[in-house]
Amino acid sequence: MAQTSANVKKGDHVQHHFVDSDQQFESAKMGMWIFLVTEILFFGGLFLAYIVFRSWYPELYLMASDHLDTFWGAVNTVVLIGSSLTVAMAIRSAQLNQQKGLIINLAITIALACIFMVIKYFEYTHKFELGIYPGAYYAYDGIPHDKANIFFSIYYMMTGLHGIHVLIGIGLMIWLIVRARKGHFHSEYYTPVEITGLYWHLVDIIWIFLFPLLYLID
Amino acid sequence: MATSETSNIKRLQVRRFKPEENPKSTYLTEETGIWAWMTTVDHKKIGLMYLASILFFFFVGGTLALLLRTELLTPAQSFITADTYNQIFTLHGAIMVFFFLVPSVPAALGNFVLPLQLGCKDVAFPRVNLLSYYIYVIGAVFTLIAIFTGGVDTGWTFYTPYSATTGGNVMMMTLGVFILGFSSILTGVNFIVTIHRLRSPGQTWNKISLFLWSLYATSIIQILATPVLAITLLLLTMERALHIGIFDPALGGDPVLYQHFFWFYSHPAVYIMIVPGFGIVSEIISTFSRKHIFGYWAIALSSLAIAFIGFLVWGHHMFTAGQSSLANMVFSFLTFLVGIPTGIKIFNWVATMYKGSIDMKTPMLYIMAFLFLFMIGGFTGIMLGSLAVDIHLHDTYYVVAHFHYVMMGGMVMAFLGGLHYWWPKMFGKMYNEFWARIACVVIFIGFNLTFLPQFVMGSMGMPRRYFNYLEQFQGYHQASTYGSYILGIGFLIIAAYLLHSLLRGKKAPPNPWGSRAMEWQTSSPPSLHNYEHTPVVINGPYDYHKPMSEFQLGIEGSHNGHGEHQHTETKTVEADK
Repeated sequence: MAQTSANVKKGDHVQHHFVDSDQQFESAKMGMWIFLVTEILFFGGLFLAYIVFRSWYPELYLMASDHLDTFWGAVNTVVLIGSSLTVAMAIRSAQLNQQKGLIINLAITIALACIFMVIKYFEYTHKFELGIYPGAYYAYDGIPHDKANIFFSIYYMMTGLHGIHVLIGIGLMIWLIVRARKGHFHSEYYTPVEITGLYWHLVDIIWIFLFPLLYLID
Repeated sequence: MATSETSNIKRLQVRRFKPEENPKSTYLTEETGIWAWMTTVDHKKIGLMYLASILFFFFVGGTLALLLRTELLTPAQSFITADTYNQIFTLHGAIMVFFFLVPSVPAALGNFVLPLQLGCKDVAFPRVNLLSYYIYVIGAVFTLIAIFTGGVDTGWTFYTPYSATTGGNVMMMTLGVFILGFSSILTGVNFIVTIHRLRSPGQTWNKISLFLWSLYATSIIQILATPVLAITLLLLTMERALHIGIFDPALGGDPVLYQHFFWFYSHPAVYIMIVPGFGIVSEIISTFSRKHIFGYWAIALSSLAIAFIGFLVWGHHMFTAGQSSLANMVFSFLTFLVGIPTGIKIFNWVATMYKGSIDMKTPMLYIMAFLFLFMIGGFTGIMLGSLAVDIHLHDTYYVVAHFHYVMMGGMVMAFLGGLHYWWPKMFGKMYNEFWARIACVVIFIGFNLTFLPQFVMGSMGMPRRYFNYLEQFQGYHQASTYGSYILGIGFLIIAAYLLHSLLRGKKAPPNPWGSRAMEWQTSSPPSLHNYEHTPVVINGPYDYHKPMSEFQLGIEGSHNGHGEHQHTETKTVEADK
């Protein structure tokens, strides 16, 4: 709720149109939550395409899922869950004014995100070698189903779009580290860390749905 | 509980702040220069930049429409080829829907008015606001590139498989609209947070204006529907770039899935276009009837109801696309349901006027036109929603006429009403009332002459989007074309007197309409930070039975961040740049 007092002492980080730090923080957090809702609907379209084609060709999904590497998918799941923990720890460090902890936790998160992308890269290149491309370019005959290309179109769209979100997350956290090194964040102001953390949890949760739906159904 | 509630009450020392008659410094006189405008985070300037952009696109889309109508004067080809015709109607639709109607009220008028009606200095995320404008510009550039590198002939709906296989530069166009979507999403996020977090002291949810309620409902639709359009167009783009085949039957995909995806956005999108218009109607009707709005909560909640039901009716665009008859029946029933909250609004507006002292100034005149035209648009929509009738009318000029009655007769009339209503606040200038009324009447006549014949020929079977037609339809087509010329003249009159008003218009007082709404309780045009004090709200925006002095309260001794805090103030402003 909007509260006003004429003589509130504003910190340097409070933008001119906010009354106080709390209002600014709550607004930013709310804005991020709403943005995450849009992200869910964005991915929702792909999940719907997944559901529609799966209900039509259930046997295709079982067959094609065999060709996804469950082991590396599981490793990636663990990696991402770990990164969610470290980003939460980064927020905690910022709240406690621990500059060093903040930077280290963000760095670990970035490292884990990179590990995720590297594993993803090897998964993709392995499939490309077999000729498993999306849609019209599909050239693999190991799956006896004439719609196998559609499954992999959906696979590439879902994991690809998720991968782009991971890359954006890495970029955001590099930006956070740069700002943290300049000492921008402290217990009174750590909004960017908090909302990037929220974003990162969403990226994580989307993977937690992608992993079983794509890898574990066989 | 009583004790804990009393502890929440905060006592404020307030006094009356009369709006300045001749403000020395306004948002238009401060931070001038091209660079200052382009990098401004002021919601008012961003609103004006949006306004200029959407008016430009309205002009482009309108010119294209006149070209189409001119070609249709005769059944034979007269001056453009069939292929060009296809491209022109596609562009007319896409530009009008995505570049004019969707951002028209929220991004242009809403951006300007929303913080003023909340009594805050800016929207919650001013830089995001500016970003959303530039995203809009980038989307527009993509679309222009598409036009000049092959054009698009798919219709604004981009139906697959045609859009995946046809020539031209569909990819640029869909990417343009994809990018544009983010501008819409960011505006929605910004508005929701601003309404939640930045209301003035005392401004509870029952004291915000109905325009804000409508923007709130619109923003909810924007954030829930637009991402689905984004993923749909992304998939379509990938379809063209990589042939992923999800929508392409030749590769095993499903084109009707595309239609479901597309209309899951695009049906709610028509409510993105019309619901803010409803908000304008509520503001203007109350102001020019000098009367408390009838059924405040009914109007406020019916906006939310429309937003909700609007998400459940997309299937009525696919009655003839091979849906199951059960789905058809459900969608048909839900479509009828949307009529209820809309009807509630109409009845409440008419009840507001009952025994009010009605002043038929230009904005009110537009709202009267709105009521007539939107009712016709709404009822024909119910007809299209009934299954048997729709089989006959699907893809005919009847649908075209219905859509234009809702969008142009409804939305554009409300937009013009709002533009005239807030014009004095935006620029501090009055326009010529006489010519404004003339233009309104000309547009009303031209509009009906253009689109009424289309209902008739549509019900006789004239299909839409056709380049040629049977000779029996020529009379209707000619009437429609002449009507469109009258419409064009009407808009030229508006352009002329608004330009005149900008250059040599009479100075506008702070509150030329005697409104109780909050945006009128500051100077015209407002200062850079909207109010020179922190406004305090004790009455609703339609309480015409209370004295004006109760609507101009502010915190005693506060300078709204100016004066004593001048030092920190300038520092923050510099940091923003």
